[in-house]
Amino acid sequence: MKKITPAPVAQKDIEKEESMILQKKMIGDHFKRLCTAKEAGKKVVYTFVPGNINELIWALDMLPVHPEINALQSAMRKKSGDYVMEAEKHGHSEDVCTYVKCDIGMLKKGNIGPTGEKLPEPDLLLLSYTGCFTFMKWFELLKQEYKCPVVMLQVPYQANGKIEPKMTDYVVRQLKEKVIPALEQVAGKKLDMNRLSALLESSARAEEDLVAVWDSAKNRPSPIDAYFGGVYYVGPIFSAFRGLPECEEYYKLLRAEVEYRVRHKLGPVTPEGVMKEEKYRIVVEGPPNWTSFREFWKMFYDEGAVVVGASYTKVGGYYDRGFRHDPEKPLESLANYCLGCYTNHNLSSRIDILEKHIKDYDADGFVINSIKSCNSFSAGQLMMMRELEERTGKPGGFIESDLVDPRYFSAANIKNRLESYFQMIEAKRQAAA
Amino acid sequence: MEEDLLAWLLVNYKLAQHRVQLEALKEGCFKDPAVTEATKEALEKIFAELFKEAETMFQPNVKSRSDFFRDIASSGFMTSAEKLAKNDSVLFDRLISIFDRTILRVESKSYATMFETYMTFACEQTVKHPAFSAFGDRIRKAIAYAVSVEFQPINTIGTGYGRARLPFPKNQIRSEILCHGLGAHYMFPGTRTVLDIGGQDTKAIQIDENGIVTNFQMNDRCAAGCGRYLGYIADEMNMGVHELGPIAMKSRKQVRINSTCTVFAGAELRERLSLGEKREDILAGLHRAMILRAMSLLARSGGIDDEFTFTGGVAKNGAATGALRTLVEENYGKKTINISADSIYTGALGAALFAKRDQLGETVNVDLKKLKKQKAAIAA
Repeated sequence: MKKITPAPVAQKDIEKEESMILQKKMIGDHFKRLCTAKEAGKKVVYTFVPGNINELIWALDMLPVHPEINALQSAMRKKSGDYVMEAEKHGHSEDVCTYVKCDIGMLKKGNIGPTGEKLPEPDLLLLSYTGCFTFMKWFELLKQEYKCPVVMLQVPYQANGKIEPKMTDYVVRQLKEKVIPALEQVAGKKLDMNRLSALLESSARAEEDLVAVWDSAKNRPSPIDAYFGGVYYVGPIFSAFRGLPECEEYYKLLRAEVEYRVRHKLGPVTPEGVMKEEKYRIVVEGPPNWTSFREFWKMFYDEGAVVVGASYTKVGGYYDRGFRHDPEKPLESLANYCLGCYTNHNLSSRIDILEKHIKDYDADGFVINSIKSCNSFSAGQLMMMRELEERTGKPGGFIESDLVDPRYFSAANIKNRLESYFQMIEAKRQAAA
Repeated sequence: MEEDLLAWLLVNYKLAQHRVQLEALKEGCFKDPAVTEATKEALEKIFAELFKEAETMFQPNVKSRSDFFRDIASSGFMTSAEKLAKNDSVLFDRLISIFDRTILRVESKSYATMFETYMTFACEQTVKHPAFSAFGDRIRKAIAYAVSVEFQPINTIGTGYGRARLPFPKNQIRSEILCHGLGAHYMFPGTRTVLDIGGQDTKAIQIDENGIVTNFQMNDRCAAGCGRYLGYIADEMNMGVHELGPIAMKSRKQVRINSTCTVFAGAELRERLSLGEKREDILAGLHRAMILRAMSLLARSGGIDDEFTFTGGVAKNGAATGALRTLVEENYGKKTINISADSIYTGALGAALFAKRDQLGETVNVDLKKLKKQKAAIAA
């Protein structure tokens, strides 16, 4: 009998959805825009992701730069290790937030951004303070380096777990009296409130679509990974693009893709391929490790673990409970946006948020990735774990890594802990059955 | 009489294992490229001593110095080499480096197929004993039968850090955390908290009434205060790791050692020695420092619940268990602390129980009841 040899199967590249391709283009375009900012006569404002008030910057025709985004992008492109060490050479200790060190190191090495293009120097540092003390120190350092002005927006901490009217008023007053005048001075023009409202209207539409994407994780199987995939999904809205038409377009496209996946009962797209079996549904607290991001994701993928809810994807805006930017009340909504960022929540609110995630998304458990060099995130996480276990009866797993310092990712140790954690859930299931 | 026979068979079995590894060590040492006429002569003397020592080392009711060949061999080798090369540091260094190179090969060699050889040796040794010589043939026959019984594995489970390299499907792999939990539960069914201090990591584990892990904490990328810490200290002090505990237990004074970093602890050790502190007091301080680090992990995992079981190799070290008992009581009050003489097998036992459970669908608890019934029937 004649032997039939099957045709060779072409090696498939990493599956990429259209929204991913669009996002990549958006990021590329923005870095190009930044690289030519000075020649184009554009002013540049550096600001942080949590509490970023992009719409104000865009309304005044300036360009935003987010240092944490540069740091994490550098880490994913395997450049952060050198930058961190460069910063250490300049006297920044081992314990300092590695986002800061990566940024300082990048600056010291010529300020070449993650895409290989030079980043423009800031004309203004807009310090929107939303719960992370390091942000103040970070811009203090950048102020010395760039000799440029800083304007600070002090956002009161949600110590009682809620936004009180006087807190909103306080932020609005600062916006009116300090922040907008400072921005106008650098921009050399007056703020057009109609323009701002139009941007905010667009933001709200993108936010609506993003929330629909988060909600999709309630399906079984979940069509998204709300952590590893989620950090891509928040890319445009957390960085330079909130308020812009391309941002709206991105979220419309993403939502349509996700809805398609729901209809066809497809699992999330991962770098290893589409997730075939959803064995564990997990909620994750804390930022991911960026230097070994893919390896880290694969550890979940290999176990059949899908992240259905995450707190980290709420640091640059928390929209789950209904907050949307409001064109009718532009400054109030910018204030409430800043007040509502995840970093500005106290420990008990964070527990509430995670508890709600675990219940809403019907999770099997939760994992905390405790970040070595981020005290504002990590302090209290063990207490949170205990409380969450008690409230939900779901097991918590605890792993430790770092943001962008490759020396702090111990793959064997993390893998061991994760495997043990998932096996623990499995053993509990078997015992219950 | 039955008990005595088994005890003798066991120690002679251990002697057989020891001798085979000693032979391999001797052969390996002589083949080492660094061997010269002078070292050859010294090695002959050292091994003659080691073989002689082995003859009396394994006796019923005598606590074994260590479960590991490396520990026993290295301290014996070191003592003899020190004696022989008293005034010749070059010779001493050469002998030690030959040993270090060879022991690695001896340790990594598999002796898994040697059961019959060991058993036959143990049998012949045992029947020489006056108490058993009259029953020689009966004993030989029984042993021959026992050896001929073939094991029929119904399932296999792999565990430990090396599990990634096992050619097993994923469902036949269990992390050592789960295995230690289940193993500890089997040994002491009342266990709720388990501490395992291993070579490169320390694990604090909470388990439920079925031996299933409910929470755990382990050290992160730094292995400070783990088993290797003691290994390093033993190397620093030119002794076997099994000798540390007994020396530390002689301590009458608390010397505070701050560092659990393996490297810094070595520096602290030298500093304390130079300040005139006694070896046993420093060693007791080092053991305490190690346990203090474990206490922190235990606290992070949810504290210590009654009963508390200490597993792994370090559980065989009296100074470590002493420090643990003190610190547990200071921090959590009186608790039942379980330490099995077979603590080093806890993880393997847990893995075997998982293998059995996966295949037969039995939980450990059901098994325990059955076991009790069987025992009662035998007693009746």
